[in-house]
Amino acid sequence: MAQMKLVLQFPANLIEQPITYQLIKKYDLMVNILGARITPREQGRLVIEISGRKKNLDAGLRFLEEIGVGVEPLARDVMWHEERCIECTACTSVCPTGALSVARPEMRVTFNHEKCIACELCVPVCPYKAMEIVSK
Amino acid sequence: MPKTIEEINEKISSGKAVVFNAEEIIKVVKSKGLKRAAAEVDVVTTGTFAPMCSSGAYFNVGHTNPRIKLGGGSVTLNGVPAYTGYAAVDILLGATAMQLDDPLNSIYPGRFVYGGGHVIEDLVSGKDVKLVARAYGTDCYPRKHLETWIRLEDMNEAVLFNMRNAYQNYNVGVNLSDHVIHTYMGILQPRMRNATYCSAGQLSPLLNDPYYRTLGMGTRIFLGGGIGYILGPGTQHNPCAPRTDRGVPRMGAGTLSVRGDLKQMNPRWLRGASITGYGVSLAIGIGVPIPVLDEETLFHTTVTDADIFAQVVDYSEAYPNCVPGSLGEVTYAELRSGSIRVQGKKVPTASLSSYARAKEIADILKGWILQGKFFLTRHVESLPSVESGLGPRPLVERPVANGPAKAG
Repeated sequence: MAQMKLVLQFPANLIEQPITYQLIKKYDLMVNILGARITPREQGRLVIEISGRKKNLDAGLRFLEEIGVGVEPLARDVMWHEERCIECTACTSVCPTGALSVARPEMRVTFNHEKCIACELCVPVCPYKAMEIVSK
Repeated sequence: MPKTIEEINEKISSGKAVVFNAEEIIKVVKSKGLKRAAAEVDVVTTGTFAPMCSSGAYFNVGHTNPRIKLGGGSVTLNGVPAYTGYAAVDILLGATAMQLDDPLNSIYPGRFVYGGGHVIEDLVSGKDVKLVARAYGTDCYPRKHLETWIRLEDMNEAVLFNMRNAYQNYNVGVNLSDHVIHTYMGILQPRMRNATYCSAGQLSPLLNDPYYRTLGMGTRIFLGGGIGYILGPGTQHNPCAPRTDRGVPRMGAGTLSVRGDLKQMNPRWLRGASITGYGVSLAIGIGVPIPVLDEETLFHTTVTDADIFAQVVDYSEAYPNCVPGSLGEVTYAELRSGSIRVQGKKVPTASLSSYARAKEIADILKGWILQGKFFLTRHVESLPSVESGLGPRPLVERPVANGPAKAG
């Protein structure tokens, strides 16, 4: 089993094609969509976690490149600077996946990196610069 | 049997004082009953840790050779302007002051990366800060320029001096408009998709002594990790705000003015805050000990989050345009649960005030008292309370063209 997090860039002419479907059906890959931004008739950006047998994964990635989908590893990562965090909980209501969460009733804040999809919503919300985007 | 501060201090010095934080005391009184608990417990400790904008610090930076008169001149600390309208080398720095070249909100929403609150945090962290000054020069203070690094330890006096801290209760912020707004209550999503609040609720100092019976000018407190004192009511002190049957204000009410020696403080409890689209502030840790003088004092410290109500206020239209009223009333128990119901809609909540840190402060203060390192003081003047009739008034604008009002 191989697994990776990728950013897929779809040019305008590919937006209306069921490409994710083909990755699943034709290449037997598991695709978990972490984030998607699609502008009609312009372009699309899909952040996915993809896993499957190494051979299938390589073939799937070749397929994407051949049809013109830009494939890049997810290069951004979100870091929680625990020493800067004051545990106010301001970030926890904007986090879409629950990666930033509150343990009640103590109201202690925790960050589960596994659940983070690097959507960056927490960054401007934190007054203490405790959430930072870093390049891998 | 009522106790006195002196009796409590004797118990502290002999290591026999009984102290609980404002969360623990709720269960203690529930199990022992008010009468027995009032006889046994000596002090209840409170705490709060949140951005408090009306904060600042003054410094005496020491005289240069040859001398310079900063008073009437200009000074920046790491590019942030300080106020110089005092004597030769006394300056005042406000928490919300911004670096002169900051784009502010001209690139909206501004990030407000570094301001007065951050300078104070850096100084307390022991970091070197760049002081740049211009002066006009006099016969006795001939020097006109100064550029130097300076640390907190280099200064003669460094005093945290805050006009308004520790608000007794506060609004819950929401946004009824159809676009995101950036406020001092944080980033508020359109159509009430989130709500923010800012109080430590049942741990908060003034919510545990709602009529200010045990505190006032001269009360010794935990301030920024060191020792501080209450100076009196803070600005906008509003004791006559509506209250519940047990005396707890249902909205922002009393406030404190405090001071303390910055050299004793610790950056864990004094943190610069960059509030996107709004500005810079300073998050401050404050802990107030409440002496259990009688059953009534103790009763007030047993307030729970379910007893404290706050008003839900729209920050897109109502707040900026001073439209009175509230979209609904919720308790801190509901707010801390993670969601509230406002006009039938479930709204996720988040706090700007750290409950976890507030409790840590109450526990540190409790530790100081138990170790015999912190003694209580009797205040020399009370804060104005409900009978004072006091409350903040808006500024009534008068056209300048009409000329000034006649004196008297």
